[in-house]
Amino acid sequence: MLEIKNLHARIVDDGTEIIRGLNLTVKAGEVAAIMGPNGSGKSTLSYILAGREDYEVTEGDILYNGQSILEMDPAERATSGIFLAFQYPMEIPGVATMEFLKVAMNEQRKARGEEPLKIPEFLKRVKEAAASLSMDMAMLKRPLNVGFSGGEKKRAEILQMKLLEPKLCVLDETDSGLDIDALKIVSDGVNALRSPDRAFLVITHYQRLLEHIVPDSVHVLYRGQVIKSGDKSLALDLEANGYAGVIGQAA
Amino acid sequence: MPAVQDTIDRVRKIDVDQYKYGFQTEIAVDKAPKGLSEDIIRFISAKKDEPSWMLEWRLEAYRRWLTLEEPTWARVNYPKIDFQDIYYYAAPKSTPGPTSLSDVDPEILKVYEKLGIPLKEQEILAGVQKTDASELEEVSDNVYKSGRVAVDAVFDSVSVVTTFKKELAQAGVIFCSISEAIREHPELVKKYLGSVVPTSDNFYATLNSAVFTDGSFVFVPKGVRCPMELSTYFRMNEKNTGQFERTLIIAEEGAYVSYLEGCTAPQRDENQLHAAVVELVALDDAEIKYSTVQNWYPGDAEGKGGIYNFVTKRGDCRGHRSKISWTQVETGSAITWKYPSCILRGDDSSGEFYSIAVSNGYQQVDSGTKMIHLGKNTSSRIISKGIAAGFSQNTYRGQVSAHRKATNARNFTNCDSLLIGDQCGAHTVPYMEAKNSTAQFEHEATTSKISEDQKFYVMQRGIPEEEAIALIVNGFVKDVIQQLPMEFAVEAQKLIGISLEGSVG
Repeated sequence: MLEIKNLHARIVDDGTEIIRGLNLTVKAGEVAAIMGPNGSGKSTLSYILAGREDYEVTEGDILYNGQSILEMDPAERATSGIFLAFQYPMEIPGVATMEFLKVAMNEQRKARGEEPLKIPEFLKRVKEAAASLSMDMAMLKRPLNVGFSGGEKKRAEILQMKLLEPKLCVLDETDSGLDIDALKIVSDGVNALRSPDRAFLVITHYQRLLEHIVPDSVHVLYRGQVIKSGDKSLALDLEANGYAGVIGQAA
Repeated sequence: MPAVQDTIDRVRKIDVDQYKYGFQTEIAVDKAPKGLSEDIIRFISAKKDEPSWMLEWRLEAYRRWLTLEEPTWARVNYPKIDFQDIYYYAAPKSTPGPTSLSDVDPEILKVYEKLGIPLKEQEILAGVQKTDASELEEVSDNVYKSGRVAVDAVFDSVSVVTTFKKELAQAGVIFCSISEAIREHPELVKKYLGSVVPTSDNFYATLNSAVFTDGSFVFVPKGVRCPMELSTYFRMNEKNTGQFERTLIIAEEGAYVSYLEGCTAPQRDENQLHAAVVELVALDDAEIKYSTVQNWYPGDAEGKGGIYNFVTKRGDCRGHRSKISWTQVETGSAITWKYPSCILRGDDSSGEFYSIAVSNGYQQVDSGTKMIHLGKNTSSRIISKGIAAGFSQNTYRGQVSAHRKATNARNFTNCDSLLIGDQCGAHTVPYMEAKNSTAQFEHEATTSKISEDQKFYVMQRGIPEEEAIALIVNGFVKDVIQQLPMEFAVEAQKLIGISLEGSVG
């Protein structure tokens, strides 16, 4: 589903190279965990996948279902099924969460040539999704992310993911700022979405999240490259011994 | 925000810098000779069949105007206006004054139809005209069908028609053109005209007092709640012609009225002048809600042409517990110079100013309000949202003052500016003056840019760039949009989207 080939990318403003020859393949149905120390390029990778303009790809390619997505803007990538759950979701003052959901869902439907959702159907879907994440409907009347707690923001991200039904879900440190209960709710939400035709890229610092969302593969990112890949035992190994050992082997 | 999709659809349909209302209509006109003199003023007064006191009032204003200098304190730049190079009176030949709908030139009716202003439909709803099935179908497509709106249509220098007059009269409400009011209700006009904005007030107000041509007159008697929204649509059509609107609204004790004005003009290379004066008077316990959707031609993408909108609007909360509320959505004009203000004279009176000013291209906006607290326990509230894009300059200029006797005066001011792109400017110039130690003034101001982070986030959900910006902007102005009458809130949102067309990338 996702194939990243020898990817090099830099920050447009100052030319700093962040991604330096990254290779990664994720199959449909797979949950791939990306781990690595601070500054290794994890969040940058998620931004580049979603099409953020602050980064420039200088070499290599990103194939999604066999097609390069480098020329697509963020909205086109989103409607083609790529979803990014942000580490720091943005506040959109004056735009009710409910309204935002409706605009986003209908925009994606339009891109697929479908009719806009009828209001009762839309409400039904939102209610179900919100209930499964233990979210209060009253919260959805508030402007998106404005005054939401850290946990509420992360839940709102997963709610959007559920409703937009993407094919490739990128979760950027979704566990940060969550207490144990919220972590469980969010993880359950993600697990419920696992399916043979959907892939996940789960970016995290900690093994903790991977106890709830059990990955099929684990990849260690360091200085903009995948330096080691393995199964879920690799995450346990990192938790016990830190990154030093893996980095040492690679160097 | 149901308007977001509409906004985008409309924006897509329009080429860059194509102003939707820029058409001109060929209509035979009756014009005064170009230029300004006492003779021209006599000509205007005679055309309107005015009593002699009105002519004297005009001439006095004119003589004073000759001694005044054009103000230069606003943050706007434009070449000096040649006041002798303007026509001061232009009226469609066929309709020298307000008439019944059947007498109005069909060409003019077409203009209003094109602008989406339902003169005919409204009359059908009012039962004035006999209806048949086909006309009713027309009605059902109308956006205004939910609420009834009486309309006064001002075309260049004259009011061509006022709808719903009979029904309003039954409630005791007078709604007509100011020209008609001068003839039919001279005692009311004499009592109130110039009582809020004196003829000597400022350069443009004085000019207006000398040459004003038409506008609306509203009188809501004691204890009456006006049964429908009132509105006036100003259309400038004739080339090189200034429009000098004069509007006077009076709400007697305990009365209530909500009024809306809309404005459009053809697209031209020359600049045109619109210098209006609006006066509101609210007596004890009365409330006036005045909304403006201003969409004069803003000029082209290079800044050529457009309307100079130099306007004096002021409301007098003359009675105790009276309330005046100004809401404005300003998207048009090459230059806007406008400060709808409230004199809080009565004890416990309150004034409000809600404003959205959008500037794009080379537009210059210098707008704001004055809240003058004179009475005890008076309160005022100012919410201003400026949105600047392109190469435009957008200034909020406001004054809040509390006089010695204004104990417990309270004001809350919030000015937010949003910048789109990096070639435009937003400026906030607040003046505050409290001569009374019990006054409480609060002021908040922010300037922000639509951040790349916000835009990226919204687009990541599948929302294309222009719609993402419209969504963020509509969120930004939401507190003000909510103040508009329902029927116009959606229109206003669309207008904001259209005004920001081409501001992306």
